[in-house]
Amino acid sequence: MPHKTFFWFIFPTGLAMLLFIGLPIVSSFFQSLHIENQQILMEVENCDPFGCTTNVRVDVEATEKLKEENPLGRFNGIGTYVDRNHLAFDEIGEAWNSSSSMGEFKDTVLNLPFYKALLFTLTFCFTVTPPVIFLGFIVALSINTLAKSIKGLIVFGTILPMIVTPLIGSLVLFWMIDSQGIIGASIQILFDDPNLSLKASSNLTWITLIIYGIWHNTPFAFVVFYAALQTVPQDPIEAAYIDGASRFQRVRYIVIPHLYPVATFIMLICLMDNFRVFEPIIGFSAEGVAQSLSWMIYQDLRNENKMLFGSAGATSMLTILGIAILLTPVLIRTWKEFRTER
Amino acid sequence: MDTRLNKYSKQLIVINSIFILFWLTISIFPFIWTLWGSFKVKADFFSRAEWTYALSGFNTLIETGATTTVKAYIESWTEGEFWRASMNTMIVTVSVVSISLFLGTLGAYALSRSTYKYTFYILIAALIFRAMPHITLVSGYLFPFFQLNIWGILPTTIIVLVAINQPFTLWLLYSFFKTVPKELDESALIDGCSYFQAFRYIIMPVMWPGVVTAGLFSMMLAYNDFTVTALLLNQENYTMVPKINAYLGTIEYGGNYMWAVSSVVSATAPLFMIIWFFQRQLISGLTAGAVKG
Repeated sequence: MPHKTFFWFIFPTGLAMLLFIGLPIVSSFFQSLHIENQQILMEVENCDPFGCTTNVRVDVEATEKLKEENPLGRFNGIGTYVDRNHLAFDEIGEAWNSSSSMGEFKDTVLNLPFYKALLFTLTFCFTVTPPVIFLGFIVALSINTLAKSIKGLIVFGTILPMIVTPLIGSLVLFWMIDSQGIIGASIQILFDDPNLSLKASSNLTWITLIIYGIWHNTPFAFVVFYAALQTVPQDPIEAAYIDGASRFQRVRYIVIPHLYPVATFIMLICLMDNFRVFEPIIGFSAEGVAQSLSWMIYQDLRNENKMLFGSAGATSMLTILGIAILLTPVLIRTWKEFRTER
Repeated sequence: MDTRLNKYSKQLIVINSIFILFWLTISIFPFIWTLWGSFKVKADFFSRAEWTYALSGFNTLIETGATTTVKAYIESWTEGEFWRASMNTMIVTVSVVSISLFLGTLGAYALSRSTYKYTFYILIAALIFRAMPHITLVSGYLFPFFQLNIWGILPTTIIVLVAINQPFTLWLLYSFFKTVPKELDESALIDGCSYFQAFRYIIMPVMWPGVVTAGLFSMMLAYNDFTVTALLLNQENYTMVPKINAYLGTIEYGGNYMWAVSSVVSATAPLFMIIWFFQRQLISGLTAGAVKG
């Protein structure tokens, strides 16, 4: 295809992507280098019969004017990146000097907002993914053995948790585990503890969120494994059968090795998707004990009157850095695939 | 295939059936429970005293005179203005699907037919764009959108969702067009068609299976989106998902909680029906993603 024709074909989609994906990243970076204007203070002298007092007040007019002239705020360099709410180098240095033990140091650092959110995000990523792969594989194996007539219906039932948006999915579960909902109440009866609530302790909330993550992601792993199972060659399986291999041995030594690349793919996609975990935290009202990086950005932006563009931009950049690290293996894989294709 | 291989022992069949039943319970029951509960009053769906009230509708009977009630539905659709939210969702979904398919088919067709190296870099760039968390993009939108005074309205959101959706659509349609034989449009070119004519008269008639799959994914993205719609729309223009979240934010009176429950059902039901019809395309799309990254 000649360059010119190619250009006109790709132009609309390319423009859309550049304007609304490429540019926002640049804009986010630009914002992260700025910080909100300070309020301009002025001294006002109030005199009454008993003498004069000076008060410090916000000069509303001047502040407004400054905001109009300079809506993005003043330049702050990498100041926002290293402040207390982000990488917090000063606080870490201080904690390093003042802590008497490693444990104390760790506690101080993990109480800083950014590291707290990073800890949850990574914990969520890495505890959700392995069970998802395992469960997805088992479900795919067992649905694969079913008769064709009922497969469709069961596959439909299986993929439901993946279809609904995370917010709705987590709400649906949240209403059930509420201490007054069906599961929450049953657990109270089971453990004979009327005050037991999955929302009460931070550990239980984390576990709930992780279980939700597994529930939501397993269907995806299932679908991919299920499709891959159809491509497993039959000859080696038959040969193994003739040699007397049991069903388990056939799965272990023929099917699983065949599915390794697929499992890697699922793992990478799962890690990348879960790194942006955010909606379940809102659905489960878990803001108090579990914050993620994406949630931090949302928090900075949700207040219409006082949006912290600088802070949100800095967290965004750090999130993108995390994604970049997770994305590298996928990119290398695609690169190689493309090379072999040509 | 050898039938001996697929003979299962009785034990295996039993264990397998139990496992599948167990799994289906986990994946479907929450939705059935919510559907059932949406016809009760709050005191039953969240019954402190006795959870079986949710089944029998004990309080619903006392409050409304029958064991089921559609009060929450009527109130949320009228008083809660859920009709407006669902209309907005309709507008957003239909626009996003049609625009992104239009742009996507053109782009993906060109990518699949060009033999130059830059197609590869465009596809890699799309892959990187696809991995960007939506919330980080939103943080880049807000400031310029405020300055340009285009924040809060539906068209802005539609264009943003189209753009966010493009990378995946491009990849999906690219792998689909690769399976369409080149000879088809090449012969048209030899007969004197321009590339646009070849696309219009040769490719368009055969591309519908791929387009349906790509459209399904665009639809799910637009219909389900929370991040973009919650932050880029003003309250009045909210689509269904942020609207449900807004109901939860205001729990001053008990009724609102059931509004959210009934709205969840109202929002989920159409989606499930569509997926029921297009299940095969959905699965083929996910699998294409697996093969092609």
